[in-house]
Amino acid sequence: MAGNALSSEKSGTKSVSSLIYDPQARGIFYQILTVAIIGLLVWIFTNNTIHNLQKANIASGFDFLKGRAGFDIGQSLIAYTSDATYGRALLVGFLNTLQVAILGIITASIIGFAIGIARLSSNWLIAKIAQVYVEIFRNIPPLLVIFFWYKGVISILPQARSSIALPFGSYLNNRGFFFPKFIWGDNAWLLLAALAVAISASVFIVRWARARQMATGQQFRSGWTSFALIIALPLLTFFVLGSPLTFEFPVAGKFNLTGGSVLGPEFISLYLALSFYTAAFIAEIVRGGIRAVSKGQTEAANALGLRPSVTTRLIIVPQALRIIIPPLTSQYLNLTKNSSLAVAVGFSDLVGVGNTVLNQSGQAIEIVAIWLTVYLSLSLTTALVMNWFNAKMALVER
Amino acid sequence: MTTTTLSFIRKEMTPPQPAPSSEVGVWHWVRTKLFPTPKDTVLTVLAIAFLAYILPPLIDWLFIHAAWTGTSRVACLTVAQGGALPNDQSGACWPFISAKFNQIIFGRYPLEERWRPILVMVMFVLLLIPMLMPKAPLKGWNAITLFLILPFVSFFLLLGGRFGLAPVETQLWGGLMVTLILSFFGITVSLPVGIVLALGRRSNLPVIKMLCVVFIEVIRGIPLITVLFMASIMLPLFMPDGWTFDKFLRALVGVSLFASAYMAEVIRGGLQAIPKGQFEGADSLGLGYWQKIRLVIMPQALKLVIPGIVNTFIGLFKDTSLVSIIGMFDLLGIVTLNQADANWATPVTPVTGYVFAGFVFWLFCFGMSRYSLFMERHLDTGHKK
Repeated sequence: MAGNALSSEKSGTKSVSSLIYDPQARGIFYQILTVAIIGLLVWIFTNNTIHNLQKANIASGFDFLKGRAGFDIGQSLIAYTSDATYGRALLVGFLNTLQVAILGIITASIIGFAIGIARLSSNWLIAKIAQVYVEIFRNIPPLLVIFFWYKGVISILPQARSSIALPFGSYLNNRGFFFPKFIWGDNAWLLLAALAVAISASVFIVRWARARQMATGQQFRSGWTSFALIIALPLLTFFVLGSPLTFEFPVAGKFNLTGGSVLGPEFISLYLALSFYTAAFIAEIVRGGIRAVSKGQTEAANALGLRPSVTTRLIIVPQALRIIIPPLTSQYLNLTKNSSLAVAVGFSDLVGVGNTVLNQSGQAIEIVAIWLTVYLSLSLTTALVMNWFNAKMALVER
Repeated sequence: MTTTTLSFIRKEMTPPQPAPSSEVGVWHWVRTKLFPTPKDTVLTVLAIAFLAYILPPLIDWLFIHAAWTGTSRVACLTVAQGGALPNDQSGACWPFISAKFNQIIFGRYPLEERWRPILVMVMFVLLLIPMLMPKAPLKGWNAITLFLILPFVSFFLLLGGRFGLAPVETQLWGGLMVTLILSFFGITVSLPVGIVLALGRRSNLPVIKMLCVVFIEVIRGIPLITVLFMASIMLPLFMPDGWTFDKFLRALVGVSLFASAYMAEVIRGGLQAIPKGQFEGADSLGLGYWQKIRLVIMPQALKLVIPGIVNTFIGLFKDTSLVSIIGMFDLLGIVTLNQADANWATPVTPVTGYVFAGFVFWLFCFGMSRYSLFMERHLDTGHKK
């Protein structure tokens, strides 16, 4: 052993006691011991599992993914029938997870930033309302919030016949939220193209304006220009093409609303609960981040004669973001992971579909492996993107 | 020449004048906190409008129009729904809570055996209160009784089957009792396991370090519900023939593993904040590894991360509600279960149940966070700026 050789070189003796008191030798011994114990456990578990699977007549491997699913999924982003395969069912579940996570992250960020800023307000009433919100939602389980929306609020909404009419031809009843469906015309892709052109043009304008300001000191209202561009160009395309986008409005039938798009009660309750719950945590992060920017920064900005809005935009926010981003990332990940609570209200996310497939096919290990792979890669991707953003925002010392 | 002492320096202070009436009192507070600028005035008016819109219906629903007494759903239904209340008076259905109160606390634990959970609860409270008071004596013995002896005693008391006690299967356990047992056990296990994992992650031994990193990152990367599914599906597969794992035990294992990984990361944060000099100082005193950790590093590191530890405890307490998804009846599960009772089926029963369950969860979590603030101040030795 390396430790043995080393110590014997130093001391010139090869006694057992010197080996015991050599930290390197002891370290190697402990590690071998750990590996041996874990290896033994894994070996026992594998043997038992193989035996148990054989007893239950379950063939391991991912071939079952090609089998017919045979169950329906309420809400799906891609075409799916009960004749589709298990693999496609799991894909539908994965897309549903992504959908609720992304929408939830956007809403939670908006509510969270608003509440976090409100908590710092000098207005006593506004600050207190925000504090009560945070203290309520931080201290109750997310599952309870989901159940509250699902069984407490949405299920006691009026029935389809007496739906609540909302603006833009949408309806709300105990079967979900019905809203007009976009029908894409022939040239509708041009709208998206126009939007893409507008966005890339504004990126270019912002860069150009910054370079010019650096060189000449002249300012250019790049923010307003890009905003106008992003709104105007797609609108213009829309009218030039003669409105290629039409809407299919939901129509009240005898028993239910027909036509249009629908978000089921499961999705709505999960989405609202995740947004409200996570917003409370984001609010605390935002508050902490803004408060951590030292007061001297604001005072220095005031002394330079910057207006309060400019101080906030150029001095406070960039420094606060540096502190906010790492914990914000973990909140986004938490929201994504909490979306698995969908299984409690029967929304078909990855865990929900996986659980159904598992109960039908008995492929426990494969399903768990799929769960692990998907959630771990989601975590890693989010972490990578946010780390990149974090590195961009980090303090660059010159 | 005679010296005369000229005292032109005032010897006694003049009493301070009272502050101008515009700078004190309620009016001043209202003016500076609510209406200092036009923008604030608009915000305050909007906030008051919001409260006026939200609060009266809420208070109305919770207290004024709520049903307080009754023995069945009739007490909570309006005349139009076939009940006793006037048509425009629909509020919370509190008799549902009082009728189901015992179930909400004990689940379906047999009625004649309920002295056992009560006894456990009394012992727990009697041991916990001195533990939480910084000035109470005999902390060491207290901790040993609370964290080592009490779990064993309560295990035999609650499960029965020995010492002449009737056996009570864990399937009959439920309610707040299960929530508290799961979270207490999770807390008791996750702190030491988390410490070991955190030390392992910072260890110089590559194999141990890698194992700890993999365990922590995998568990932290996946949702608790998949850990619970794994515990309830995979554990039986791992076991040899004839070995069965109790469902409650599987949930305990799942919750504890999950909390340990999060605890490890919190404690690692504390370890990283300890200056290197502390490690070197302990080494130069000739302390061994465990002595160094126990006497020098951990007391400082743990004190630094008390808020994080308590946040993990709160998270764990909230997360125990997930066991209702794998078919156990914790506080949330038992409330959901009882809503299916036809005797109490009304439109307001679910909301009432969830408001009550939410209040109980809130009470515990809020209490924990306040206690952590108190401990932080108490342990603050003044090294901070």
